[in-house]
This record gives sequence, structure tokens and C-alpha cells, in this order.
Amino acid sequence: MTSEQISEGSRPHLLRGVKLKNDQVRKTWVLLAPERYLRLNAVSVDILQHCDGVAAFSSIVDDLAKKYGADRALIERDVRGLLVNLLEKRMLGL
Amino acid sequence: MTSKPPLAPPSALLAELTYRCPLSCPYCSNPLAMGGRETEMSTESWQDIFTQAAELGVLHVHLSGGEPASRRDLRELVAHCARLGLYTNLITSGVGLTRASLGELAVAGLDHVQLSIQDTVAKSADWIGGYDGGFAKKMEVAGWIAEEGLPLTVNAVIHRANVERAADMVDFAVRLGARRIEIAHTQYYGWALLNRSHLMPTRAQSEKAYAEVEARRERYKGQIVIDHVAPDYHAKYPKACMSGWGRLSMNVTPQGKVLPCHAAETIPGLEFWSARERRLADIWADSPGFNAFRGSDWMQEPCRSCERREIDFGGCRCQALALVGDAAACDPICVKSPRHGLIAEIAARDSAEKNEGFIPRRIERAREKSGV
Repeated sequence: MTSEQISEGSRPHLLRGVKLKNDQVRKTWVLLAPERYLRLNAVSVDILQHCDGVAAFSSIVDDLAKKYGADRALIERDVRGLLVNLLEKRMLGL
Repeated sequence: MTSKPPLAPPSALLAELTYRCPLSCPYCSNPLAMGGRETEMSTESWQDIFTQAAELGVLHVHLSGGEPASRRDLRELVAHCARLGLYTNLITSGVGLTRASLGELAVAGLDHVQLSIQDTVAKSADWIGGYDGGFAKKMEVAGWIAEEGLPLTVNAVIHRANVERAADMVDFAVRLGARRIEIAHTQYYGWALLNRSHLMPTRAQSEKAYAEVEARRERYKGQIVIDHVAPDYHAKYPKACMSGWGRLSMNVTPQGKVLPCHAAETIPGLEFWSARERRLADIWADSPGFNAFRGSDWMQEPCRSCERREIDFGGCRCQALALVGDAAACDPICVKSPRHGLIAEIAARDSAEKNEGFIPRRIERAREKSGV
């Protein structure tokens, strides 16, 4: 899978068995997946909380660009980067 | 005593719910001496341990054994973990599960299944596991897992009897719909150490299998994730065993003993504590056995001044003990170990052994041996 598979209309979502958790012990958000976990920064958490399988990729980027008052192309690059990474780890569906 | 950095919480707990298992794989990581059903902890004891684990910071609970499906309270244990927000991973042979029981586990909140396969060829797989019809049963279970929509990892241990098909295991797992596969070249502890001369492939076989599996990574990128455990005896550097002793995870035995790894009790003179008698947090922080090999103060040369000290932590303590007689020595798998030459000798000798039979893993046999 490559970044070309993420289109404007893709509806990204965490696959079953992949979960966001606010870890009270480590005071950080983590992404739990089979046999591993990833510590997440605030921006990644924000992106993944938008990935509900309903919102389209384009609208996720629009929302985040508006929220952060940032350049849309820059936000799109960040969102795409995270999602491609999770696609390759078999943690994300489209 | 030098000052130590604050102790991070464990992220994983391997719960060996039982040593009972219908299979008898000759490379089993369980100890040679195993307690039977009458020695196992109760449902309530396990639930209390999981509650403490969640408070301590554990994220993943690996429900293992033996065969965890041999426990009749498996569904209750999964449900308890799910209520606590613990991520549950069922490590199973598949034998002992039914369509109904798997469905109940999914409803109870099971997050993931790791299913073992012994080979891609039924006859060989059943011979290795010592269980007729085991392979067919596993295929049926894999179908149920897919029907439930549960994520699947296939686990395959590689040794002389299946090394030619290591890469086939990856293709096979893709066909089963697995998201992950663990290809683990046999690690020689417990039963595998006992059976080493029947399991050891030649260097050429190991290297070919390793390269073929690695080549699958690119082919299946985005389709299946490959976790590849290298063949120790044919490696240059040791593995970072358990990602460091007492650093990230703990094992709890069916009887409640809390250990840094499967084989830790093979090291004489270490004191391990039981969750039946003490709080998990106290065991993690203060158990002499856990503290024995934390940090680097315990290290000898060449580890103490090695630039890889924080990468592989000196390798494996149990292996250092088993092969050179000193648990604090450099793991002889390491090319820097003064005893490294021993590894090539053992590997060459054991891989040349002609006898294909092995000692099957059995609780009864262990009892006979220990005279209990």
C-alpha cells in the first residue's frame, strides 16, 4: 500500500484491534495494536480522533487546517504521512 | 550503589494461565518441570493480578500457557481485562476452542488472536505438535477468527523439520487473512534446549530461510507485517532479550510466580516473588530477581564498555548461564564474547545429528523426571 491509495474520498478508520487510549499512568495517549503500542503526540491524537470511518480524508484535512490555522498543504502532508505509516503497519483501513 | 533512573512501568504481562496443553511441541518455552491443574491459580487470583497490572501501567495482557483454552474461565478473564481497558491477546494453538467459545471471547472483548502453526504441511505439522488432526483444527479456527472479524497473527517457530518452508509460512498466513506473522527461529530454552540436537538447522538452511522471509517484506508491504526473530546460533550479535531484563514486561506462571522471562527460574540463586503473597507493584520494583540484571552495574567486560550495551543489554542472561555457566557473562552469541567460538561448534555438531526424533513436551514426563 502506498500513499496513492489515500484519495480525497477515502474514509480512514482504525482497524479492529487498534485502539486509542489515554494512558493515565504514562500521562500520554497511546495507540494499542496487536503486540505493540505507539506513543502519540497531540497532533497525531487529533488526526486519529477524526478517523471515524465516516469523515472523508479531504474533510479531515479541512477541519484540521481550520483548527490549527495552518496551510492546508502542510496539514495534508502531515495527515497523509501518519496514515500511510499506519497503513503499512496494518493498523488502518480506508 | 550508583543512582538508577526511575523505574518505568511494565507495558506487557504474559499470563501463563496453565501448563496444560493438548500439543507437545518439542521447542516449548515452558519449563521442564511443570505444575498440573491442581497447582493453578483461581479465577479470582488472576482477576486480582489483572486489576493490579492495569493500575501499574500494563497495556497488553497476553493470555498464554500451555493452552489458555484449557482454562474454563477464559471468557471471564477476558471480560475482566476488557473492563479494565487492558488489551487482550489470546496466544493459542487453536485446539480446545470451539466456534461458540471463540464467539463468546469476542463478545467478552477479546482484542486479538495469535494462532500457532507448526508447518504448512498437515502431516508434518501434526507430527511436530504431536497431535493428530491439529493442523485441520487450526485451519478451522482461523476461519472462525476471520468470521468474527478478529485480527489474527500467525506464529510459526522454525527448526530443522520445517526450515525449508519458513517463507511458505508467510504466504500461508496471507492466505489465512493474518495481519501479522511472527517467524521465530527456535530459541534454545526449556524444551528446545533439551531437543536442540533434533531442532538445529544447518547454517546454510538458516541463512536461506532468513533471506527468503526477509524478501517477503517488500512483496507484502501493507498486506502483512512480518516480525522476524533471527536464528540465534547463526547470528553475530545477541538479541535484546525481552528488550532488557525487567524493563518492559513480566511473566506470571500458572502458580503465580512473577518472572522477567520464561526461563528466568533456570538461573540458580535468584529470588523471585509470588503474586499470591505480594503486590505486583512491589514485585516489579523490589523483587531481587527483577533487580538482579537491571541497568548495567551487573555487567562484565566486554559488555560493560560496549557501545551496544543499551541496544542488546548484553543479550540473554539465561543463555549466558546455559552455555557458559555464568548468568552475568556476555551472551556467547555475541561475536565479542571470548566464548563465541563455542556457538559455531554447538550449531555444527547439533545440526549434523541424524536422529530426527525428539522428546515431546509433557507435564507427566517432567514429573517422572523430578520424581514427583
